[in-house]
Amino acid sequence: MTTDLVPLAVLMFLVTYPSRAIGLLAPGIERLPRRALEYLQLVGPAVLAALAAVSIMVGTSGGRPVFTIGLPWLSVAACLALVAWRRNLFVGLAAAVAIAIAGRALGFA
Amino acid sequence: MDGLGIIVSAAGFGFVFGLAARTSGHYSVLEAMAMSLIAFGGAAQFAAVGYIATGVAWPAIVVLTALLNARHVLYSAALAPWFRGRSFAERAVAAHLLTDESFALSIAHFRRVGRFDPVGYWFPAIVTTLVPWNLATFAGVTIGDAIVQPQRLGIDVIFPAAMIGLAVGLVTGRRELVAAVVGAAVAVGVSLAISPTIGVIAGGLVGPAIGLLVPAAAAHETAPLGTPASAGHYGMPRASRDDDAP
Repeated sequence: MTTDLVPLAVLMFLVTYPSRAIGLLAPGIERLPRRALEYLQLVGPAVLAALAAVSIMVGTSGGRPVFTIGLPWLSVAACLALVAWRRNLFVGLAAAVAIAIAGRALGFA
Repeated sequence: MDGLGIIVSAAGFGFVFGLAARTSGHYSVLEAMAMSLIAFGGAAQFAAVGYIATGVAWPAIVVLTALLNARHVLYSAALAPWFRGRSFAERAVAAHLLTDESFALSIAHFRRVGRFDPVGYWFPAIVTTLVPWNLATFAGVTIGDAIVQPQRLGIDVIFPAAMIGLAVGLVTGRRELVAAVVGAAVAVGVSLAISPTIGVIAGGLVGPAIGLLVPAAAAHETAPLGTPASAGHYGMPRASRDDDAP
């Protein structure tokens, strides 16, 4: 069993950890002005929505990012609607996966 | 139930990573597990599989990993006020376990209860994310071949669906809604123009800035009165609010 990539995993940790730790460990960052704290409260929805949108709308073709439309849109839209309605992430995920399975069984991409 | 959803998400995503690592032919079980335990960075791990398979040099992989995970700076800063008063060691360990999922679940919980709650961080960080992610990585890299086409099982939609579901959980008013919509739009636009990595960071920076343009009064109107959501709307931890009081 090879271990050649273990040092790479350590290097990836070393460049990831600072971004995870800087806010939690930097002294005084929690004493930011109120406006800055309000800004930070909005980071979660913005980043998570950005991750979801990029995941389903941006693909690659020939090494370049391209706009994509496909079945994942429907899955994610269903999840969004169900979570907004029922406030239940598990139900939303189950519906998203079910739509993807059914859609692909019917031949949709 | 949200935690259960994240367990499903982390397990599905971790399984596909393990499978991708195995089918790339470049990872042993130990190496795949080292990635999931030490690097513990979902998207960066996936990207690394592709980079390694195509012969990208390690320094480039490390730089790209740093860029991919730069969004954690925002998460870390957003959580910092809630961790005020916690020990350095606890914050140092918490930092390693900070992921999209643990951030979303824990900050939603803190805002609900109006204070830091250790279980509210460590449960989502360990039980719903770290453990299923690593167990699923192991399963994917060892028995993943048994599942020929993960796409047919819908595993590929779990991540975006989980992210949008978590975002919805954090939207309690117009400011959050505007931040989310603008963040998504900017992310897609910048991703198409430059790269998805830059796009996500741009969306995470611009979305909240535009969200703040929504007048606070208008934003507050949408919070259901008499609920924790209204009390803690835009809420900072109570300690911070107390400090600001005259």
